[in-house]
Amino acid sequence: MTGGRGLLVHAMLALGAALFLLPVWLVFCAATQDVGAINRGEIALLPRRDGLSIFGDVLFGSGPAGADRPVWPMLALSFAMALAIAAGKIVVSVLSAYAVAFFRFPLRMVCFWVIFATLMLPVEVRIIPTFEVVAGLGLINSFGGLVVPLLASATATLLFRQAFLAVPDELMEAARMDGAGPWRFLTDILIPTSAANIAALFVILFVYGWNQYLWPLLVATHPAQETIVVGIVKMIGTESATEWNRVMAAAMLALLPPVLVVLAMQRWFVKGLTDGEK
Amino acid sequence: MSERRTIFPGWRLPLLLLAPQLLLTALFFLWPAAGAIEASLMRGDPFGLSARFVGLDNFTELFTDPLYLAAVGRTLLFCGAVSLLSLGLALVLAVLADSAIRGRAFYRTALIWPYAVAPVIAAVVWILLLHPQIGALPPLLSRLGIVWDYRLDGTQAMITVILASAWKQVSYNFIFFLAGLQSIPAAIVEAARMDGAGPLRRFWTILFPLLAPTTGFLVTVNIAYSAFETFGTIEALTQGGPAQATQTLVVKVYRDGVVNLDLGASSAQSVVLMAGVMLLTLLQFRLLRRRGDAI
Repeated sequence: MTGGRGLLVHAMLALGAALFLLPVWLVFCAATQDVGAINRGEIALLPRRDGLSIFGDVLFGSGPAGADRPVWPMLALSFAMALAIAAGKIVVSVLSAYAVAFFRFPLRMVCFWVIFATLMLPVEVRIIPTFEVVAGLGLINSFGGLVVPLLASATATLLFRQAFLAVPDELMEAARMDGAGPWRFLTDILIPTSAANIAALFVILFVYGWNQYLWPLLVATHPAQETIVVGIVKMIGTESATEWNRVMAAAMLALLPPVLVVLAMQRWFVKGLTDGEK
Repeated sequence: MSERRTIFPGWRLPLLLLAPQLLLTALFFLWPAAGAIEASLMRGDPFGLSARFVGLDNFTELFTDPLYLAAVGRTLLFCGAVSLLSLGLALVLAVLADSAIRGRAFYRTALIWPYAVAPVIAAVVWILLLHPQIGALPPLLSRLGIVWDYRLDGTQAMITVILASAWKQVSYNFIFFLAGLQSIPAAIVEAARMDGAGPLRRFWTILFPLLAPTTGFLVTVNIAYSAFETFGTIEALTQGGPAQATQTLVVKVYRDGVVNLDLGASSAQSVVLMAGVMLLTLLQFRLLRRRGDAI
């Protein structure tokens, strides 16, 4: 590659990276501005050092007697929800993928297609009837109502099934020779050998859970059951009275956890995502 | 469908293992879907006291409603623009990142993290860029003589939600395109280079055709993304306004059903959307199978 062309490639890539980093940097700087300046449309390219306290204010509430609601309970709820969804989906799909891949039983294909059907029914297309079922179960405004309806996952099941089909027959024969039953085989051999898949899926599902908007909006009508994503949209609320610096600070706080998870587990995540679709 | 040679005997344990998944699916997927189909065939009286069977009336009404047809057209435009924009940009960036010898890991990280950005957060980011009062770009646009206010101008509102939605999806597409490019044997590209093919020619005659299965798969994923997952982005930016200019089908289902409580019409819309997703999913699996993978 000639030097000139190499330089051009780098310049364009840097431009591409800036297209994503720069706007988020502006959000960070805007959070530290005072509310008057941001409302006059003044753009900050650098953060104001004395404005950094906004993050503490937004986290723990400010104003007389905490007039502005603190966002840390929303962050905690989002975190708990994302963790529960990721862990729950992984357990449910490992078990069902194991059943489909390692056993032959009546109606196996029917079960497989029933699971597959969940792919075709995202929550956005069945908003009201799902809400009615959850209301009927008395799960409105509860943590269970937030998490349980999102636990079934065809994608995760298909991914694990694919991984399990690739487990060498010799491994299983050896395990059976050693007297390991199906349950021992799952916990002692299959799950440890699938650790990389589980890690990758954890990232994908954590991000999925953290970023949910429509379902938490429907199922949690009580302010104490608000996730950070729902809370931010409420903060934008009525245009005229929006405190934009607080909105930007809350957005930064909401952005950080899933981005950190992706960055920390990047290697497994990329491999798992692209392998999973194969 | 591929199978294992070695298996465990018995049928009680596997059914037990499948029970949680099947229960969740039946309760929160199949039952509500059946409910939506049933409600789409019924119509309630104005007081909500009783409902009677009306056959396909809700659907006939839906497909003769100019507002609904406009929303269908708008959704197609929106999905097409978001997919084209995010796929195009991701492909360019992936080809560049694949050809960069130094700093490849850095660029990859710099372009992967936006995967974690929530649709709603993408909306907040674009508010800061395009909001007529606090945005960074409208002052520059006004110097060009453009009066920018997406809260009043329908076309500008559409442009805003398209940009925000596409921005969020680029990194997902980038990950897949880069993986696709890296699986192309270097020898093929090298041979073309020896034959004197320039980079553009190499792209169109070798890389692009070899990426076709990845592209096909990503097109279906992007259409599904822009049709469904952009709900948060649109709600946070425009709530479907001004005057329904950004009301896609999912926003309309939500508005009609949850906000305006018109259950029959909303259910019929849900059923139409289900049919849409079903079609997309089947298409996606045909494309996956063409990639030579066993499902």
